[in-house]
Amino acid sequence: MTDVVAGARDRGGVGPAFPVLGVLATTAGLAFLASILVGPSGIGLPYGTDAARMILVEIRLPRAILGALIGGALGLSGAVLQGYLRNPLAEPGLLGISGGASLGAVIAIHSGAAAAFAIALPAGGLIGAGVAAITVMLLAGERSGPLTLILAGVAISSIAGALTTLALNLSPNPFASVEMLFWLLGSLTDRSLLHVWLAAPLIILGAGLLLTTGRALDALTLGEEAAQNLGVDLKGLRARIVAGTALAVGAATAVAGTIGFVGLVVPHLLRPLVGHEPRRLLPASAFGGAALVLAADMTLRLFAPLSEVRLGVVTALIGAPFFLWLVIKTRRELGP
Amino acid sequence: MMDRLEAKGVGVWLGGRRVLTDVSLTVAPGEIVAVIGANGAGKSTLLKAMAGLIAPGAGVVTIGGNPLADLDRRALGQKIAYLPQDRTVHWPLTVGRLVALGRLPFRTRIAGPSADDRDAVADAMAAMDVTGFADRSVTELSGGERARVLLARALAQRPRFLVADEPTTGLDPAHGLTLFAQFVRMAALQRAVIVALHDLSLAARYCHRVLLLKDGAALAEGTPRDVLTPEWLAQAYGVRATVAQIDGRTVVLPIEPLP
Repeated sequence: MTDVVAGARDRGGVGPAFPVLGVLATTAGLAFLASILVGPSGIGLPYGTDAARMILVEIRLPRAILGALIGGALGLSGAVLQGYLRNPLAEPGLLGISGGASLGAVIAIHSGAAAAFAIALPAGGLIGAGVAAITVMLLAGERSGPLTLILAGVAISSIAGALTTLALNLSPNPFASVEMLFWLLGSLTDRSLLHVWLAAPLIILGAGLLLTTGRALDALTLGEEAAQNLGVDLKGLRARIVAGTALAVGAATAVAGTIGFVGLVVPHLLRPLVGHEPRRLLPASAFGGAALVLAADMTLRLFAPLSEVRLGVVTALIGAPFFLWLVIKTRRELGP
Repeated sequence: MMDRLEAKGVGVWLGGRRVLTDVSLTVAPGEIVAVIGANGAGKSTLLKAMAGLIAPGAGVVTIGGNPLADLDRRALGQKIAYLPQDRTVHWPLTVGRLVALGRLPFRTRIAGPSADDRDAVADAMAAMDVTGFADRSVTELSGGERARVLLARALAQRPRFLVADEPTTGLDPAHGLTLFAQFVRMAALQRAVIVALHDLSLAARYCHRVLLLKDGAALAEGTPRDVLTPEWLAQAYGVRATVAQIDGRTVVLPIEPLP
């Protein structure tokens, strides 16, 4: 794995002096502003009418806030998991938490609760994420390393995936199954300030927990034993990572569905720019993830405003070719 | 005594197998102690237990009289540096950044590196002769260069006790000797080194005491002169060995496996 990383190493001479974090934060900030100012209704600042004001505050603002928070959560959690597992292919879905959140939301739709009151859908997602996180921790056991955690996560993901397809299969009517499918594809459409109030505190709390892991992740570069010698409490670290991911990614998935590839691609792409240091990668990936999700969502609104193409589909369409490029690049660098 | 690192009657079970039985070792400031023995004799396990990385199932490891289990990991990392046998580095950090990881037990969460931190890192890199490639990526280095960089990380902790698991493996003769010259300097500063070794001539020449392990138990302990004898080596390694004096220095030469 280290060889793949070494192969993808930046050779462009971008040193630590390059203000990566500042550039990424500015990009994310600009994407956020653009996201509020740009939309199919063509309304921009200064807005004149009450209708225009309503579109800005009730429709675009929640969407921009959620896009930034969710992208940030996915990028950050991806960077933390890649650092913890010391594997550049790790991503937030690996712990089974997004799978659990998806299952919870699908059950909310299936049972009709989501149709009865709007909050039931994200609430179902949150409960699913919480149950998945606790089960993964119990399954992984007291004194286990990253490998057992991945195995537990994969097991939970598979079970949640199986039950999700079962719910789809047994869906009471075609409308419900379409609703479930669309929800699973991931979207920021029609999210309100209510969703923001529900998700934002949890995402911020989770992100706060994840940001405390930086030094430990740096130390893990030298392996688990050396990391312990450098003051890392591995048990506490694992608990913070699972809890932080459950809060941040669980809440993100609960309000927006599954948005893939962000947590995988963003840390991978930014790693060379921060000198491959896990700690410096964390805030960088949070800003990068926010910028990417906001940009993808804007692209969607501008170029396919009336179609049913979902955000999760767009991020996957961006993410998959990125991996093709990575394969070709790695092959060229390691090739004869 | 106050400042000793002491293993008393240490027993360790790993995966239901007993890998260490009733081993005791006391290391005082200013000492270089070699732990030797055949592959699988329990050297690495003893070193991990003495660095506080494995909680012994029997017995206790103390530093200055306090059980290691009572100290938190950061406090331990300020006193004991552990250099693993495994030299995997998972991300291609620059050499300078990697050596600076040795200061993690001393860093507070917010503040940047202190003057002490910078000094310790610069000294460690100079001692291990790696200052010249501070800005190179660790993954571009040869095996021996990487070994020196990793040792520099442990030295950057400025430990009172350095616990090093086969640090000379893969080093060329010059850098192997440089390494032990550094251990001697540390000992002169009232620091101590515990080192697992396969190079018995280095053990004979530089170490004050030698602990010989066999099948997880102590076979012999004492000065190199007492322990590095053909009789003990035959028992521990199953080899016929010659112990000779050349230019006033002891040289241990394994000749052939015993039938």
